[in-house]
Amino acid sequence: MNNFQLLEYAAWGLSAILGLWMVFDLIRTDRTYSEDILNSSREGEIEDALVIDPTHQGGQR
Amino acid sequence: MSQTTAVHGERISLLRVLGPGHVWALGVGIVLVGEYMGWNFAVGKGGALAALIACWFAGLLYTCVAMIDSEVTSTVAAAGGQYAQAKHIVGPLMAFNVGLFLVFAYTMLEAANAITLGYLVQTVGSMASFPETHDKPFIVLTIVFLAWLNYRGVYATLTFNLVITAIAFIAILVLFVAVQPWNNTLMKHNELLTGLPYGWLGVLAALHFGMWYYLGIEGTTQAAEEVRSPSRALPLGTMTGIITLLIAATLTWYICAGLMPWEYLGQAVTPLFDAARLTDSRVLMVLLFIGTIFSTLASANGCINDASRAWFSMGRDRYLPQVFGAVHPKYRTPYRSIVFLVPVALVFAYFAPLDQVITFSILAGLLEYTFMAFNVIMFRQKWPLGSIRRGYVHPFHPLPAIVLLILCAATYFAVFLGYGTQLVAMLVFYIIASLWFAFHRYKFVRRGAQFTMPWPKPAGY
Repeated sequence: MNNFQLLEYAAWGLSAILGLWMVFDLIRTDRTYSEDILNSSREGEIEDALVIDPTHQGGQR
Repeated sequence: MSQTTAVHGERISLLRVLGPGHVWALGVGIVLVGEYMGWNFAVGKGGALAALIACWFAGLLYTCVAMIDSEVTSTVAAAGGQYAQAKHIVGPLMAFNVGLFLVFAYTMLEAANAITLGYLVQTVGSMASFPETHDKPFIVLTIVFLAWLNYRGVYATLTFNLVITAIAFIAILVLFVAVQPWNNTLMKHNELLTGLPYGWLGVLAALHFGMWYYLGIEGTTQAAEEVRSPSRALPLGTMTGIITLLIAATLTWYICAGLMPWEYLGQAVTPLFDAARLTDSRVLMVLLFIGTIFSTLASANGCINDASRAWFSMGRDRYLPQVFGAVHPKYRTPYRSIVFLVPVALVFAYFAPLDQVITFSILAGLLEYTFMAFNVIMFRQKWPLGSIRRGYVHPFHPLPAIVLLILCAATYFAVFLGYGTQLVAMLVFYIIASLWFAFHRYKFVRRGAQFTMPWPKPAGY
């Protein structure tokens, strides 16, 4: 196995990790929040809206 | 645990954190790869001088695009860019089509960039005595990594773009100084510029790839809902972006046309990197290779940002299923749209040939510019100057719109010369999609809620 083959395996591995991370986070987010909240964005809002973020503790009120 | 309903006033919106520098990075980042590769196929169509004329004409076309876009988008400050403009100014069917143009143009361009990056890594492998290196793992990694970055937040995504785009642009400036344009030691324009080998028809044909110098600058408008001050940041970022590209395009042509004969330049894969190799400077070779990689990454990154915003906006208005209108509560990004477009880009990057992918991207862009010319004329008719507040007013109206239409018509003909079948196939696709929207999808659209701008009634209504 040469260096480039190792790089190829690393690229596949990293792609799988990042792809799965996104899918897991998407599922977790969808299960944590209601559709009302997730789809509450409105076009043309200049002011930053109130944000809820109970899971991550990073939101602002 | 599920939070079932939104308490009154609780909303999740995209995050307003971007400044003019990010807008510049988004626009120039998408485009600068066109200087590193692709523009030179215009040389193959009509010679080096034809590519220069195409550079000027395409520059004029995109200056019109940037001016028109700056005025309209500084007023219609909404994610979705030209889609939101079309919705407010022309109507739903036009908006649906423009939304599709945007998603196609950016997703195809993203796929083309990923293919190119895979090719570059494969080339490095061959040069390092590993000829059996595969490009596919690096194509997939490019798309997935950049989608992940976009998923995690717009600020980090476009700050990353700002850094790598600036490095790629500086690399062109360094190369220009290094080839000493003030003397003829390296530059051989006197010997290499041989007129127009295919005459004026070659100049017209060169317009097709002349667009590559600037294709995507209009993508700055997609950041409208994420900039801190849309009326200031969008015109500033867009106009400085087109100025940057006009400079980069001219320098690129000057360097490459003075170092390589048109017969070679017209089919080179990485012309700026090849120019660096001809200087015999290892430092320049490394710098321009890094510039090539960074410009490709920046372009794919900006394309994911823009395609997902357009898809998200259409989902939010129910032009598409509403699930795509969701915003991530922590990262404040259109996360479902970003994830949904990953397999779409992968399919095109994995299975479609590069020239076809690029041509579909150019065609979608061209349809979008044609719309923009009509759009700004209708905008000024319905809401004349003084009737609504504009962040920027473009000069000489309607001259830029007329020039834009004429140049679009010439470029359609140029594309038809080389890719007539694709042009017809794409038009058929949009007609079928329009029929689907008009007879099936439109009944789901929030007809009242989709018009959000606090404008007076249009003149004449």
